[in-house]
Amino acid sequence: MAHGNEAAGHGNHDGPPKGLVRWLTTTNHKDIGTMYLVFSLAMFLIGGLMALAIRAELFQPGLQFVNPSFFNQLTTVHALVMVFGAVMPATVGLANWMIPLQIGAADMALPRMNLFSFWLLFFAFMLLISTFFVPGGAPAAGWTLYPPLVLQTGTAFPMAIFAIHMMGASSIMGAINVIVTIVNMRAPGMTLLKMPLFSWSWLITAYLLIAVMPVFAGGVTMLLTDYYFQTSFFNAAGGGDPVLFQHVFWFFGHPEVYIMILPAFGIISEIIPTFSRKPIFGYEAMVYAIASIAFLSFIVWAHHMFTVGMPLAGQLFFTLSTMLIAVPTGVKVFNWTTTMWRGSLSFEPPMLFALAFLFLFTIGGFSGLMLAIAPADFQYHDTYFVVAHFHYVLVPGAVFGIMAAVYYWLPKWTGHMYDMTLAKWHFWLTAIFVNVLFFPQHFLGLAGMQRRIPDYPTQFTDWNMVSSIGGFGFGLSQLLFVWVIIRCVKGGQRATAGVWDWPHGLEWTVPSPAPYHTFEKAPELH
Amino acid sequence: MAQAKNAGEAGQYYFPHGSRLPFFGSMSLFVLMAGAAATLNGASIGAWVLGAGALLLCALFFFWFGEVIRENQAGMYNEQVGRSFRMGMMWFIFSEVMFFAAFFGALFYARQLSVPWLGGEGEKAVTSLLWPGFEAAWPSNGPGALSPREDGSYETIPAFGLPAVNTALLLTSGLTITIAHHAMKMGNRGVLKIFLALTFLLGFTFLGVQAHEYGEAYREHGLQLGTGIYGSTFFMLTGFHGLHVTVGAIMLVVIWLRCMKGHFTPRQHFAFEAVAWYWHFVDVVWLGLFIFVYWL
Ligand code: HEM
Ligand SMILES: [Cu+2]
Repeated sequence: MAHGNEAAGHGNHDGPPKGLVRWLTTTNHKDIGTMYLVFSLAMFLIGGLMALAIRAELFQPGLQFVNPSFFNQLTTVHALVMVFGAVMPATVGLANWMIPLQIGAADMALPRMNLFSFWLLFFAFMLLISTFFVPGGAPAAGWTLYPPLVLQTGTAFPMAIFAIHMMGASSIMGAINVIVTIVNMRAPGMTLLKMPLFSWSWLITAYLLIAVMPVFAGGVTMLLTDYYFQTSFFNAAGGGDPVLFQHVFWFFGHPEVYIMILPAFGIISEIIPTFSRKPIFGYEAMVYAIASIAFLSFIVWAHHMFTVGMPLAGQLFFTLSTMLIAVPTGVKVFNWTTTMWRGSLSFEPPMLFALAFLFLFTIGGFSGLMLAIAPADFQYHDTYFVVAHFHYVLVPGAVFGIMAAVYYWLPKWTGHMYDMTLAKWHFWLTAIFVNVLFFPQHFLGLAGMQRRIPDYPTQFTDWNMVSSIGGFGFGLSQLLFVWVIIRCVKGGQRATAGVWDWPHGLEWTVPSPAPYHTFEKAPELH
Repeated sequence: MAQAKNAGEAGQYYFPHGSRLPFFGSMSLFVLMAGAAATLNGASIGAWVLGAGALLLCALFFFWFGEVIRENQAGMYNEQVGRSFRMGMMWFIFSEVMFFAAFFGALFYARQLSVPWLGGEGEKAVTSLLWPGFEAAWPSNGPGALSPREDGSYETIPAFGLPAVNTALLLTSGLTITIAHHAMKMGNRGVLKIFLALTFLLGFTFLGVQAHEYGEAYREHGLQLGTGIYGSTFFMLTGFHGLHVTVGAIMLVVIWLRCMKGHFTPRQHFAFEAVAWYWHFVDVVWLGLFIFVYWL
């Protein structure tokens, strides 16, 4: 640990060590960002394989490929992998790469903790995924882990709980790092209300994370003690109540969905101006909208619980508070649209993804509003309509946001332009198949098909077939995404510092690829 | 909020260049967690793995904080780095507050909702069919009268016995650490050392009293983790609090040893402040516990 000496001579220009050691020991925000992004892509593919197994089983009624127990393991772990392994780490990776570049900081404020967050996440997933190989298999009670069902999990149970603890610790450390970086490390003159909207969205996301991850950790700890140490939190015989878990879970869970979408909002707010060649319309309104969404997200959680029984006043409150979120969300959608108004638009891949986001996320928002109406939700709840809703907000919402970001910043990261034609193919295939995959699920849900079942009545066959075809089309299209990225990392036309026609923001003032160390001296701002 | 002042401050912001500790730490936690899971699953090697994980984790803390202390003593941290640490600590404490909020939430839920419902309040009439004759009251071990005793009885621990003593101990320790802090700022190191030592001694005494109370609860009062929702909330809340007191007291000892070695200056003593904040946080949680778990 001769760090003192190392640092004394550290000048600025040590490159990274070679080989694996670099990735095990780096404290550089760009390296860590890259690791998060690669990890997320791997998880996206693993989670995607599980989804394909699910869609293969659902192609026809009857049991074809998997037994019901394994089917339930697949849906449960698919969701956990996608939420905690794919979407969240992708946005954390983007935060690591871009926040220091956007605010003119040399690195994240707490670099060692940064690396700790990453490796903790990695090991958490080793623990979670290894549950497939223990007796009894992976957890199968759904990603929401409701007791009493989840308390029937076998050997996997404590492994899953501890994996969640580790993911939580990782997220909290990551979030603390983001907040401290943004509050303490901005270049002189970079006032909060000059800060790019992606950084803003992450500042608020980080706050949400620190507020709700510990509550989730508490909730799963109660599950653990109910299972092994005779506590009665969720046991009515002892005076507890399984519904308590649902409250705890959704107090975390609803802000969690915004944790996944807010960074995407930030990304879209960067991309639409660039390709409209106009500054964002209503910058401050955008900031306040994110803040109000974050605030409201704490007081809507019971819209996931309308059917468990709730006093009328509760139903009214949670219906109305949920609908209220549509107001700031509407502000955002209208401001994005207005930004394009009379802009000089061009349709490079990031913009295509951003536009698809705008339309398709809004569809998910609308189905959300339908679900928010308590009496209507009695019909929709636990059907494929809910599945359609959250996949619309998560896939063409959060995931498209992430893909848009990758196509937007990839030249900055690699120093190369990627193959625009292939990327556009990727876009069109993805955008078409995502609708083939998820739109029919609205019909299935309204017709009464339940979620989380491996088999179904025959009248649901047609739309399930369509959906499965869409699923495989979507899955295969992602190989194109991987291919475009690999090719771009390997080579391609040199990217300029600005990359795009109308670059705005500090990240476009540094060369492409961004040097290992940037803004070691704070940039001058006017 | 603090404005960024990267330029114009003495010295550059210190960024560590590479560290093996984060990977090592993540691996240790993985070993610890895998060991805990194996133990809970009844595997005989579980305890060994768990122990190894715990050792590795201790080593991690030792090396990590050792490194930070060395860097700090070498004067590598400027004021801005100090601000990062401060903010980091504050947000960490906020996350801890939310962790306790989950368990307080469970307590209030049981007291205000689930137990009254089980007693037939509200429209959930079915519960009175399941457990006819159950009368809701607090404290409660539920309609199943879960308790280690045959007859399902148990006693709670009266607030104005040992718990009140413990309250006094912790509040006093809040006072002594404040005195120590003032002494630190005045450069009065004699007073600092004495009052810091008093603080952790009070902390350890608190823990001793708590352990004694647990022993009595388990052996004599029929009050255990398995004593229905009262036992659950009682032990989980006070247990996690006790764990935090333990951690806090150990940190106080470390800080005290550093004072003995002559670390810290009247102006620069972040580690001291961080521990003091943590200690006050633990104090405030205890007040909540004393009021809502023991007293009301
Ligand atoms: C206009 C905004 C939104 C509204 C009004 C809304 C409303 C709802 C409601 C009422 C439900 C519960 C349906 C039921 O179980 O019966 C639900 C479920 C869900 N929503 Fe949304 N939502 C909105 C936006 C979002 C966003 C942005 C995301 C994620 C990025 C999201 C993700 C989810 C998820 C994952 C579930 C299902 C959780 C589960 O049961 O497994 N929602 N939404
Ligand atoms: Cu929700």
